[in-house]
Amino acid sequence: METPVNKPKQLRIALRNCGMLDPENIAESIVRDAYQALGKVLKEYSPQECINILKQSGLRGRGGAGFPTGLKWEIASKSKSDQKYVVCNADEGDPGAFMDRSILEGDPHSVLEAMAICGYCIGADKGLIYIRAEYPLAIKRLKIAISQAMEWGLLGKNILGSGFNFEIKLCYGAGAFVCGEETALIHSMEGKRGEPTNKPPFPATSGFMKKPTNVNNVETFANIAPIILKGPEWFSSIGTKNSKGTKVFALAGKINHVGLIEVPMGTSLREIIYEIGGGIKENKKFKAVQTGGPSGGCLTEKHLDTPIDYENLIAAGSMMGSGGMIVMDENDCMVSVAKFYLDFIVGESCGKCTPCRVGNKRLYEILERITQGKGVMKDLDKLKNLSYIIKDTALCGLGQTSPNPVFSTLENFYDEYYEHVVEKKCRAGHCKNLFHYVINEELCVGCAACKRCCPVHAITGEKRKPHYIDSNICIRCNECIEKCSFDAISIQLEPKILV
Amino acid sequence: MEMIELSIDNKVLRVKKGTTILKAARKVGIEIPTLCHMELHNMNIENKPGSCRVCVVEVDGRRNLAPACITEVTPGMVVNTHTVRVLNARKTIVELLISDHPYDCLVCAKSGNCDLQSIAHKFGIRRVHFKGEKSTYQKDTSPSIIRDVDKCIMCRRCEMMCNEVQTVGALSAVNRGFISVVAPAFEMNLEQSSCTYCGQCVSVCPTGALTEVDSTNKVLLALMDKSKTVIVQTAPSVRAALGEEFGLPAGTLVTGKMVAALRRIGFKYVFDTDFAADLTIMEEGTELLGRLKAHLAGESNAKLPILTSCCPGWVNFMEHNFPDLLHIPSTAKSPQQMFGAIAKTYFADLIGVKRQDLVVVSVMPCLAKKYECQRDEFKVDGNPDVDFSMSTRELADLIKQSNIDFLNLPDEDFDTPLGESTGASVIFGNTGGVIEAACRTAYELYTGKKLDVIEFESLRGKEGIRSAKLDFDGLTLNIGIAHGLSNARKLLDDVRAGKSDYHAIEIMACVGGCIAGGGQPYHHGDSKILRQRRNAIYREDKNKTIRKSHENPYIVKLYKDFLGQPCGQKSHELLHTVYYDKSREEITIHHD
Repeated sequence: METPVNKPKQLRIALRNCGMLDPENIAESIVRDAYQALGKVLKEYSPQECINILKQSGLRGRGGAGFPTGLKWEIASKSKSDQKYVVCNADEGDPGAFMDRSILEGDPHSVLEAMAICGYCIGADKGLIYIRAEYPLAIKRLKIAISQAMEWGLLGKNILGSGFNFEIKLCYGAGAFVCGEETALIHSMEGKRGEPTNKPPFPATSGFMKKPTNVNNVETFANIAPIILKGPEWFSSIGTKNSKGTKVFALAGKINHVGLIEVPMGTSLREIIYEIGGGIKENKKFKAVQTGGPSGGCLTEKHLDTPIDYENLIAAGSMMGSGGMIVMDENDCMVSVAKFYLDFIVGESCGKCTPCRVGNKRLYEILERITQGKGVMKDLDKLKNLSYIIKDTALCGLGQTSPNPVFSTLENFYDEYYEHVVEKKCRAGHCKNLFHYVINEELCVGCAACKRCCPVHAITGEKRKPHYIDSNICIRCNECIEKCSFDAISIQLEPKILV
Repeated sequence: MEMIELSIDNKVLRVKKGTTILKAARKVGIEIPTLCHMELHNMNIENKPGSCRVCVVEVDGRRNLAPACITEVTPGMVVNTHTVRVLNARKTIVELLISDHPYDCLVCAKSGNCDLQSIAHKFGIRRVHFKGEKSTYQKDTSPSIIRDVDKCIMCRRCEMMCNEVQTVGALSAVNRGFISVVAPAFEMNLEQSSCTYCGQCVSVCPTGALTEVDSTNKVLLALMDKSKTVIVQTAPSVRAALGEEFGLPAGTLVTGKMVAALRRIGFKYVFDTDFAADLTIMEEGTELLGRLKAHLAGESNAKLPILTSCCPGWVNFMEHNFPDLLHIPSTAKSPQQMFGAIAKTYFADLIGVKRQDLVVVSVMPCLAKKYECQRDEFKVDGNPDVDFSMSTRELADLIKQSNIDFLNLPDEDFDTPLGESTGASVIFGNTGGVIEAACRTAYELYTGKKLDVIEFESLRGKEGIRSAKLDFDGLTLNIGIAHGLSNARKLLDDVRAGKSDYHAIEIMACVGGCIAGGGQPYHHGDSKILRQRRNAIYREDKNKTIRKSHENPYIVKLYKDFLGQPCGQKSHELLHTVYYDKSREEITIHHD
């Protein structure tokens, strides 16, 4: 049977081994070429030669910002210090994203091997994996993988007789979104509060314990070994002009086939949604796709044919992020979507800088007012101005990108905001204050099914006579509509009439 | 040193590499507004988390605005500090801060001294465009400090003071997002934490989030009570700073006016803590010589180094962090408590007032003194030796509330017998002062010779840890001095490890000593103020005719009439104390 994963549109590099082997048995990984690249690097290449290969390959950081990986390693390798560190950022925090987790659970050796290669290139003998404690299976498999690799002499002292030493330890995060930001991550590993500091200094010059530190994301590391083994030309032949290779996306939302996909850079949204994803659920109308996680933005129908790469996403008002992709249909209210992400940010901001701590809260409150039908036109200006100032003044990447959901929904769905504010209407029927249920007297037979199921007793009426819903009591749970066998209840997209 | 050329507001300048935009701008007279940033020059105290974002400026070619306080200059940088974009951002940020701040300026303890208030005023903010939820937290009242963190703006100055300068670790940012706030861990209150009440957090807090427990009302009530005799003692550093509250330049000595004001407020007797400081020297100096002689006689249990014990913040710190070393500090009480003990025995008898009817008020540059006077060991049948301890700031408030025209007061003298003091006791206010005073007396008592030069210059200075070797007629005395609790911790770690060869160590909790105490008028990050106060203290010492504690005639009389001899039995009952283990289990972070 053909599963969506096997469709030819996909190309698996980072996920190459996931599901193909027993991650708790190193032998199976080795059969599938694990540690071949490490051996090749240690035997054939100098650190700089290896860095050059990465630079040629065009690999860019998969954590979100897309900084060229080879260049990052080169900067760290040129920092002079008695001690350096390689850090793997496994603090995957975007709602709905689980690509790092899948790699760590399905192919832990691909990450360990790449970290060792990185250690060799930058001159570090210690690696640290910062992983959220909510990933117990990934932690368990990493521990097993590390101990097996140590046993096999693929980590530890004098790896493969080369004289190169490298050991890896785990650090647990408490699941703070901001700890995906590298300076915050480093502070958290040091036992301090997980909050970012100004850059420069960059971790490559002063990172963990003030020593040069190279931080890469799990997916970035998972790409390293194939590049070494198959060559930079192979890798750079995949993708677009400035974005090479593939990208893993976590496809979610109103789509038929949800799950992880890995596609070459440059694949269009249409291919992802309609071919790989199998189209919108229940054949509804596509409205938007949110990429880049909470600090990303919403793309619309006009972006469906845009080839996805770092630059195009930013130009379209979103970003790559770590690869979350949430598909929305006509039943999704875009103001509420922006509100949802702001709610996440308000809770996950580290609280250090004023614009992010207070500014985002105020953005959220304005959005809440709008979705409750209490918005005024001035609120739309406020939203825009405050978003601009947060972007302009916040301390770290999280804060600077936190208003993106507002920017992109305002840009692409201004009419929905306008309807909420001026007409007090939510066209998606999502904002509970902006619609109500009515019973059509002609269709209602008075069976009382709705009355019986209503959890708040909002429906009244005598048997065999038309019933009535009191909007003031109704909590808009939709239960009555589902129970009515006569299609007598409908949604009226007007604000509730207060009696 | 590599120089970098840049332009700020069209002014071209050259500064050293590594300079921040903020400091570069100041060189050409451009004052970029700041809020969280605070720097005390030459004291190694700098808070620059870059978190408030009030100091943002526009840098050509940069995507977003740059925080001037932490952005280093680069060659050819073009900076603009007052464009529309910058002004708009700055104003919005202050509005955001105010939108999450209680609007109770009229009744706030910090009103008139609040940095947020002054920056709102400076920016001409007349309306806050954002309304919404305000973060609210439980109020926390300890014996010394009140935390009203609804007013916290997350500038982190207190946290820097508590963790870096003092290594006390009581305050840290907690929670995420909008409800982030600086607080003790695990929702503890200050009293349950390892707080030493040094009050340095209060001295740097830009808003009313951290203030002292106000005792002025209690003092006023006592003064109104006809059945009570209310007397007051004032610490050495108060006279060097009180004038600032009345618009006088920092470093103006207002001893005489202060005495006159206290008398007009209604205190029956106005005494000087300096008297008790002289007494402290007699006890501590004798104790030092005793331990030293035991050490020289080869006794293995001679407890050296001896540590000074007049700083209550430091005593708290030691009880929390060095419970294994509680046998080495001098057992002498602090001057405040010695004063109280003598006042409620010797002096009460002298004037024929019962202990219960005598109220002792102290005016201190310190907030830990508030806690100290409430300690159980300083009470007799529940009646404290010192009833109320007020800060310098509270005294200023009290003077203002009492309709006293402070600046036009005549100079008056302290009352006798507990008001006479020497130059040695005055310098208690500066770091190194206690040990210098002790050495003035110990030298003469030990050698039997007169001191040629009274000033021990080698003990003075501003370095956090200082050491000096003094020649006591052939005997070399190793003296250590630390101010700021992080420095104290270093010296104590050495003592614990057996690596210390000091005979005596002076420790003050606050950097600079009592002149920079947590109860002094707010310095608002201006280290010049602290320098002026320091000089004033040394000036007061120079102006005194008697400059050695053992020459204070009233001290001599006190021993003759009442105490007997230093470290004698009566002294031990009244003037010495014990210390308690207040340590708690350490929390360690789990790493694999």
